[in-house]
Amino acid sequence: MSDMQKTIEIEVLRYHPEKDKEPHRQVFEVPFTDDMSVLQGVQYIKDYLDGSLSFRWSCRMAICGSCGMMINGIPNLSCQTFLRDYYPARVRVEALAHFPIERDLVINMEGFIEKLESIQPYIIPKEERTLAQGEYLQTPEQLNAYEQFSSCINCLLCYAACPQFGLNSSFIGPAATALLHRYNVDSRDGGKAERMELINSEEGVFNCTAVGYCSEVCPKHVDPANAVNQNKTNSAADYFLRFLAPKGGAK
Amino acid sequence: MKAPLKRSNAPIFWALFGAGGMLSALLGPMLVFITGLAVPLGLLLPADTMSYPKMLAFAQNFIGKGFIFAIIALFLWHAAHRIFHSLHDIGIHAGTGAKLLCYGSAMLGTLIAAYALLAIGF
Repeated sequence: MSDMQKTIEIEVLRYHPEKDKEPHRQVFEVPFTDDMSVLQGVQYIKDYLDGSLSFRWSCRMAICGSCGMMINGIPNLSCQTFLRDYYPARVRVEALAHFPIERDLVINMEGFIEKLESIQPYIIPKEERTLAQGEYLQTPEQLNAYEQFSSCINCLLCYAACPQFGLNSSFIGPAATALLHRYNVDSRDGGKAERMELINSEEGVFNCTAVGYCSEVCPKHVDPANAVNQNKTNSAADYFLRFLAPKGGAK
Repeated sequence: MKAPLKRSNAPIFWALFGAGGMLSALLGPMLVFITGLAVPLGLLLPADTMSYPKMLAFAQNFIGKGFIFAIIALFLWHAAHRIFHSLHDIGIHAGTGAKLLCYGSAMLGTLIAAYALLAIGF
């Protein structure tokens, strides 16, 4: 490092379960150029300063959803957050809030994967069709109904932002609800009744108190809060109207 | 998920909360103005707007009764729900106890309002 080289301090939350009792902070001096993302900052640490630092990353362009971290306390993708926005102050990087830490910046996302499986994130066809019957046709309007909610990259920033998930981790949460909604409002899908059981349950949408921070931090503009709130209405209608329409809705 | 899903009874409270919220947003400021400012200070409205005979007649009228009941009951359910969830947010997870206290007082207020409105006659 020459004397002219600018540096920035990156404070990282470290935790190695096999030797640390609890997480602690470690500060690194990293050479700074103003085109560097926070991800590049931690990559520099791993490559040149401390090879034991662990974090997830892949695409470097906000598509894969792997590199979510708390950056100065705000959930963000580290690949699209730039060090120049903090320089010359120190940047604090921590594992995503509300999740158990596996090691350093790597969180355990098993709970989320279970939720993702539970919403049946695939089209359950309304009717069996043979190949000869051709493809399912959809109007632009029908596409519009769900397209926004299909952009989720499972980065979990919304879970780190959600105070209700922080208080009760069994809450199905923003991303899973948005994806559930994406399939429920797809004109080709016939699985709504099954999925509504989850929406209506004690793990469902009524854990949400309409904070809206999930939608604010979402890097793909999925607006999960919108999906959650639409399903509060759906769930309430289902709750009261099931007495009139015994065939619809959950048990 | 592991345990079998249990249907939440939240829609009942959420619907009452929503109805109360809507009503208080639409009518609350107007009621505060009439009962708290206009009548006591003699602004805009005649001085005897809220005199006993007028209020009694209002409360004995079918529509007046419905209005008073909806205002009192739904405002209370709205407040109870808000307080219950705010307790949770600030870290007081008192569970069933807090639930009973919050929604119980709304229920009590609702019953008292209903009783009083019926007792006052038609």
